[in-house]
Amino acid sequence: MARYIGKRLLLLIPVLLGIALVVMIIIDITPGDPARMMLGAQATQEQVDALRDQLGLNDPLPVRYVRYIWNVVRGDFGTSLMSKRPVISEMMERFPYTVKLVTLGTAFSILIGIPLGIFAATHQRTWKDNTVIFISLIAASMPSFWFALLLIRFFGVKLRWLPISGVETWQGWVLPCAAMALGLAALIARQVRSDMLEVIRQDYITTARAKGLSEGKVIYRHALKNAMIPVIMVIGGIFGSSLGGSLITEVIYSIPGLGQYIMTGLNNRDYPIIQSGILIISTMFAVIILIVDVVFALVDPRIRLQYARKRKGKGEKQSEDKESKEVAAS
Amino acid sequence: MADNLLEIRNLAVEYHTDDAQIYAVNNINLTVRQGETIGIVGETGAGKTTIAKSIMRILPNPQAKLISGEIFYRDENILKLSEKEMRRIRGNKIAMIFQDPMTALNPIEKVGFQIAETIKLHNKISSVEAEKRACDMLEMVGIPMERFSEYPHQFSGGMKQRVVIAMALACNPELLLADEPTTALDVTIQAQVLDMMRSLKEKLNTSVVLITHDLGIVADFCDTVAVTYAGEIVERGTVEQLFDNPSHPYTLGLFGSLPRLDSTERRLKPVRGLMPDPTNLPSGCRFHDRCPDATDKCAEVAPEDVEVAPGHIVKCINAVGGAV
Repeated sequence: MARYIGKRLLLLIPVLLGIALVVMIIIDITPGDPARMMLGAQATQEQVDALRDQLGLNDPLPVRYVRYIWNVVRGDFGTSLMSKRPVISEMMERFPYTVKLVTLGTAFSILIGIPLGIFAATHQRTWKDNTVIFISLIAASMPSFWFALLLIRFFGVKLRWLPISGVETWQGWVLPCAAMALGLAALIARQVRSDMLEVIRQDYITTARAKGLSEGKVIYRHALKNAMIPVIMVIGGIFGSSLGGSLITEVIYSIPGLGQYIMTGLNNRDYPIIQSGILIISTMFAVIILIVDVVFALVDPRIRLQYARKRKGKGEKQSEDKESKEVAAS
Repeated sequence: MADNLLEIRNLAVEYHTDDAQIYAVNNINLTVRQGETIGIVGETGAGKTTIAKSIMRILPNPQAKLISGEIFYRDENILKLSEKEMRRIRGNKIAMIFQDPMTALNPIEKVGFQIAETIKLHNKISSVEAEKRACDMLEMVGIPMERFSEYPHQFSGGMKQRVVIAMALACNPELLLADEPTTALDVTIQAQVLDMMRSLKEKLNTSVVLITHDLGIVADFCDTVAVTYAGEIVERGTVEQLFDNPSHPYTLGLFGSLPRLDSTERRLKPVRGLMPDPTNLPSGCRFHDRCPDATDKCAEVAPEDVEVAPGHIVKCINAVGGAV
């Protein structure tokens, strides 16, 4: 297992190198000039060119790429062109806000989505199931910014129960988390429902019933655990993509998080922020996917066995050859 | 009546799907005596598994509908029991072995746990004791107890079926419903599993309902036989009666379709035609359009049970009491 995790972390390196390259190329072909943005419209072309030289923006792309990667390897993620502060320390200040928002939002959506999905699956073909499907369809297709505005309108402006923006108090977190959780909860509920329906039809569920187990034990001990395997993947994906994609919620509720930070960077053509921001978020996403895969192995012994087999195979010549062939093929 | 462990009266089960009603089991009567082994034979779709699932009351809900009938287990109508009372019988007094060992075990639980779970559920013992008894069960079906902590995918098909059998026998049930326990296994493993079931049955004095489509297994293993066709029992009797004097044309057809060592015939004689569509059963006798002896009357009148010999019952209007 440790070997597997190590291998996956090594595989991360080419992926991140690729991401850094793609981001740099996209920035390169996007119109806009950070030097011009910094100096303002009144500056002369000579001043702009001088600043571009100073920032190293006139170097060819491969040179800039290698320089950037080398800096990242040494732990230097660049300095914001606007604020002149290191990107990494600015991101670290904002990181806790995003993590808190995404964690709370995902946690809420799990707490709502999973029980709702089970409820729908165990009441298949009744009005209860249809109601859940109907509501979750609406919730999943409703744009999150619109729902966020509805929440503000109702709970913030009309009832005056909760602050409409800012997260200085715990009350401030309620609406952004709710806005974030709704769509995700609907996604999770639909996923849980379909996986549960799939699992409930399996023979081993009939076996569990035939043992004399109560319906609750059949559902929670035997069915849910099996149904959770694909659900974990969806939740991991949701969590990972929300880290970079909670932008709208952050902007609407004035949460100083990562999404907002990168948005500012984009508007100002602040290249170091864009590059390093995307790189760091991609790394987190990849690590979360890796964690999901490890959780898979913990839940499902069949996947665990695959890892064990790979490790054992190292000792035997034949399977070693096979493995190296597999690696070569992939 | 007193020595009847199980008695099924006029059982009828239908499956309702969105666009059709499937008449799976139609007015079946069956008795199982203490210690008896009864074979239920029939083609795929004849309603054999539905009978077993009705006894366990694990028919798929809400698709399956119990139309009529009573199932007496020790003179108690188990169809009238509450779900809670039924749970005490399921897995404890009546246990079931499922057809496909590949899918009958939960893939993400240890096999030992899956056996211990049943034991713990029906006996007031600690988890440790339950696990110990689960180990004993594994040993009894010929699996070393060291494999307690392994998962189903680490077992071969025959081993999995042994686990399923160990699970079914874990609480010493009085009645074992074996739904094609050897169909998914290859022939040598079949023989092993059957031998094992036989010795366990003798050791524990369990009554067995053996569902199969293999007449050879029936001859080898059973005391009495019921032949099912399109959700009905068309002939039942002791193994001797049925094998020496098969009386229903369908039973005769089944025997005719078997290869014989002592015959010089070059071709087998299959029963012509196909099983009727269970959503649209023929009128009169369900078998009349495939029956070589059918008369015009067969399409009109549903045949009654005729006792051709004591305990040998045939559902055919051509059958005569005492002889064919």
